[in-house]
This record gives sequence, C-alpha cells and structure tokens, in this order.
Amino acid sequence: MTRVLEVGNLRVSFPGENGRRYCPVDGVSFTLDRGETMALVGESGCGKSLTSLALVRLIPPPGRVDPKSVIHLGDTDVMALQGEGLRRIRGRRVGMIFQDPMTSLNPVFTAGDQIGEAIRAHFPVSRAEARERSLRLLQEVGIPDAAARLDAYPHQLSGGMRQRVMIAIALAAEPEILVADEPTTALDVTVQAQILEVLDRLRASRGMAVLLITHDLGIVAGRADRVAVMYAGQIVEEAPTPELFARPSHPYTQGLFASVPRIHGPVKRLTPIAGSVPPPADWPAGCRFRPRCPKAFDKCTQAPPPLVVGPQHDMRCWLAEGGQ
Amino acid sequence: MTAGAAPTAPLLVVRDLVKHYHATGLFRESTRPIRAVDGVSFEVGRGETLALVGESGCGKSSVGRTILRLQEPTSGTAVFDGIELFPLDRKELRRLRRRMQIIFQDPYSSLNPRMTIGAAVAEGLEIHRLAPRKDIPARVNALLEEVGLDSSYARRYPHEFSGGQRQRIGIARALAVQPAFIVCDEPVSALDVSVQAQVLNLLSDLQRERGLSYLFIAHDLAVVRQIARRVAVMYLGRIVEEGPTEALLSRPRHPYTVALLSAVPEPDPARQRSRIVLGGDLPSPSNPPSGCPFHPRCFHPRRNERCSVEVPRLRPVGSTTAACHYAEDTPLPEQPKIP
Repeated sequence: MTRVLEVGNLRVSFPGENGRRYCPVDGVSFTLDRGETMALVGESGCGKSLTSLALVRLIPPPGRVDPKSVIHLGDTDVMALQGEGLRRIRGRRVGMIFQDPMTSLNPVFTAGDQIGEAIRAHFPVSRAEARERSLRLLQEVGIPDAAARLDAYPHQLSGGMRQRVMIAIALAAEPEILVADEPTTALDVTVQAQILEVLDRLRASRGMAVLLITHDLGIVAGRADRVAVMYAGQIVEEAPTPELFARPSHPYTQGLFASVPRIHGPVKRLTPIAGSVPPPADWPAGCRFRPRCPKAFDKCTQAPPPLVVGPQHDMRCWLAEGGQ
Repeated sequence: MTAGAAPTAPLLVVRDLVKHYHATGLFRESTRPIRAVDGVSFEVGRGETLALVGESGCGKSSVGRTILRLQEPTSGTAVFDGIELFPLDRKELRRLRRRMQIIFQDPYSSLNPRMTIGAAVAEGLEIHRLAPRKDIPARVNALLEEVGLDSSYARRYPHEFSGGQRQRIGIARALAVQPAFIVCDEPVSALDVSVQAQVLNLLSDLQRERGLSYLFIAHDLAVVRQIARRVAVMYLGRIVEEGPTEALLSRPRHPYTVALLSAVPEPDPARQRSRIVLGGDLPSPSNPPSGCPFHPRCFHPRRNERCSVEVPRLRPVGSTTAACHYAEDTPLPEQPKIP
C-alpha cells in the first residue's frame, strides 16, 4: 500500500472571546492509502469539514492551522509550504468537491469552459486540447450526451449533473486524493446513488484515495474501507467499516446508530442522544461527550480520555481502559 | 367549531387535486404550465399519519400547501371534517386554520428574528382569542414544556437556538391553537441524526397524547417508516403507489417505489444490496412524458409501447394500490434488473 496522506495531531484554532483561541479541530490524526476510501463521520460542528480544508491549508483567517500539526502529502510536508507551493498542491494533488455544486460553479461560464480552465491551470495544453480532455472527463463522470453538455451553463443542468461537472473539474488535475465533503447531501436519494457509483468507479479506475466527509452512516456502510467518527473536534472512534458497524464501541457512535431510523427490522422507538452538540467555546473539561453520555462515570469528569489504539479498532473513551 | 362529519369518517378527504403554476416574468421561456400536482386523491384518518414521499419537484410540498390554501388550487376538492376547503372565504379560512397547522423544514425562516419565542408562540392564541390575556404567559410556558423546552426560553430570541430547538419552537407554535391536523413539511430533513430522532419521538408522543392527524411530507423512506403507518409515493405530480407502510416497503409494486427503496442508504454493510441506479433525470413537470410518467426511466422487464401511450390508473395489487400496467410482475429490489 502506498501511503498518500499522513495527518498527525492536526489542530485548527480560531480566536474567541477575551483573547483565548479555541480549537474546532483538536488533535486529529489519520492516514490514507492509495485507492482507499476513508470516511469522516460526524454531526454539524464536529470539525469534519475544517479538517478537510486544513489538509491543503485553506482555513480562512483569522483561523489558523497550528504549526506543530503534521500534514504529509506523500513526501511533501504541507506545513512547510507557502504561497506558490501551496497553490501547486491545491486542486493538483488534492481535489475537492462540496455539498452545493451551484455555489461552486460560475453561472456565467459553460461547463466546458470551467473544466477547461481547471485543466489549463495545471497543464500546458492548448484550448482545443483542453476542450477535448473536458469532453472525455464529462464522459468519464457519466454525463449522457456529453458533447452537448459541454456548452451548457450551470443553470441548464440538474443538481446531479452539476455535481458531476464539479467532479470532472476536480479530476481535471488528476489529483491523488479526492476530498468529497457531503457530496450528495443536497441531492435526491436516487441521484445520490448515481453520484456515489461514479465516485467509487473513479477511485477504482484511477487508484485515487477518497476522503468522504458525511453525516450519513448509510452512505459510509456501502462505500468506505475505513471510518473515523468525529465528535467535538476529535476522532472518537476509528475502525475498518465492517468492524465499526459490527461493534460500535464509543457511546457516541452507539448513540448515532440508535438514532438512525431503519428500513429493515422491527420498528422500535428511536433512542436519541440527549441534548445537542455544544459549540467549541462550551466544550467541557474531561471527556467532551460526558454531558450527553449515558455511561459517564467519575473519571470522565476528571481527565480527557486518550485515544486507545487497538489492533483494528481505536477509541477515545475511558471505558476502553477497562472502566476505573 | 362543531365537527361536521361522523367521527369515524376520515378527517381529510382530497379528491383529484390539481395545482399548475404558470411561469411569468422576464425570463419566461414558455406559457406551458408547470404541472406540480396533477390529480392527487387521498384520505387522512383521525389520529392517523399519512406520509407523502417523493423526490424534489414531485409536488409533495405543493399538495400540503394547497390543502391549507397557502397556495390556491387549480382544481379538485378537499373536505376537512365535513367542510369543503376550497370555496371558503378569508374569514372562514382563518377560522379553519385554527384546526389545521403546518410546520416547515426550516423553522428559522418562519420565525420573526425580532420577536421573542414567547411572543411567537403566543401569537396564535391572541389571533384566535383562545385565552384571556392574563393567562397567555402560563399557556406559553406549558406549551414550551410540552415540546421539551425550558419555559425560561420564552424571553429569548430565535438566533439563540439550535436547529432542533427551533423545530421544537415551530411545533409549539403550531400546537398553541390546538389543531386537529398538522402538515409536517420535511420537519426533520435539516436536522442532525441525533436531533432528528428526538423530534420524531416528540411528534409521535404528541400524536398519541393529543390525537393529532399528520400529513407527513418527506423524502426519506426510513424516516417515514418510523412515523407513518400509511404512505403514498409521488412521482411527477401523481401518486404512483399507496398503501400500508410495511406492505409497501416489503413488497413494492411500482417500479419507481422499488428504485427509491433500493437507493436508501442503509447503515449496515451486511445489507448492501444491489442498487437500481435509475438512468437520466427527473423529466420537467412542464413537459411530462406521455402515458406513464415513469416510463422513460423504467426498468420493468415488461415495459412496452402501452406504457408510453396509456396512463396507468391506481389499482389494487397485492396489499397496496399501484399505478403500473404490470404491477403484478414488478421485480423485487433483491433481484434488480438494470436496463
């Protein structure tokens, strides 16, 4: 396995009230291999999107990535890069697609123009060659009648088609890693199935690594090789997908599973997690999940639990330490 | 207001509801109407939930809004507790709205940012003069507590609350006037899963305690299964299948229901079945296909010319009613056939 990404102790901070900085991403570590799909799962405000932006140092000021964070893209130390160096990895080595393709596409240029622009930003090719490649990309992402869609403006395309155009733009630079941040959240389920199919096919055919960021455990189950569950800026549990789904161990992960309505099995009353995710300024001392945790005990208030690394299954919970 | 129908009759009866929109204005491309709702009939029983399921643009929200006369219907009838809704004038309508309420996907956009939560919940009580002025604060506090909020929140403003709390506020507002019927328009779609579960439980509890009837509009079949015992699936302005939720999910008869069901992402790696990935996009509701609206995307092995000519009627097949000429032979999700 070729390692394409290594993230160690990633911290992203923003200035808060009375001169303090708070960290919506607080010590996140993970790795990604070539051809692998890893899912970062969590609810709003858990820090999953900021984590993905931090990979290419796209955190908007006054936010900043802590200089002691480790981000290695293959042999490249991303934390050591500046200006032009950063520009050369953004898009080129790490491609990104987001939830809402309409806001990411420019309404006054055609799909072909925008894909062509992405190609010419990274490769010295003629306009005609860029157009030729754009056409091939549109075919690759499964747009029917691609030659005609090349000259379509974003408003003339459906939501699913726009997301395919965004994927084509991200692929234009032939990145090693594709970050897909809630790529199907704004789409209908039948369209969602189409887009996930496309992503999976591309990962296999191009050997890309995919970092899939989502709130939906259902999407993860069929697509990701590994899952990391985030809560309050930290990874609280990580395991290969079948293992995590067979034995969800962190009380937060268990709570998420118990909250999801199912299409099979007996219909039971849902058991939601009490309360809601607190903002970073209100994260409690000790374990951050403690105020909502049905299994909390004394130790959870005293100190934050470390990430206990098992053979296949990591978890940040005092229960993993055998309780007391 | 006295009930006009026998207590065993359905609370709401909708027949042949049609809602067409006409594109107007500078960028108008054609005068062809958008057929958002194209002949929809259903009933909602007392204390019952009917779920209306479909994807964006299928017309499910238009159905809910038209019944409440937030939008005027093009044609059809809706009878609520024996009262014809569509001929009512403004004054009669206002009186009836006390008994029919709506909650939206995004309660934030329906809350006035400069009005306290208490004032927002009290509004309905004041408009309909349901309580003497001095009793209103106590009523508001009781409502907030009923939906699981602290009564001290009455003095706070909408921006101070999370999405889940705002949805609870929206529910408290709807409950204030003691309605019999609530249109729930995607009430949990914008919420995180843990909060979504809280709101679904709350809606079930309120239904049981107050005997409410819901028209629950949603796109997520798993959510629908949790809350509704009957479900109607819409496609391009029409109901294509209707029936008891469990029967419809275990043996769908319309190919669109089959596809929709197979696309539901399931949080269980052992249950990853082969998906039916539908070809193409939803056709435009201003230019729907002839015959069966689903025929251009249909994967049914018996699809033929008849489907593009003859509109299939809703008819009983097995335990549901389905609008497909060949509903008897619709393949199951476990044995998908991709065109």
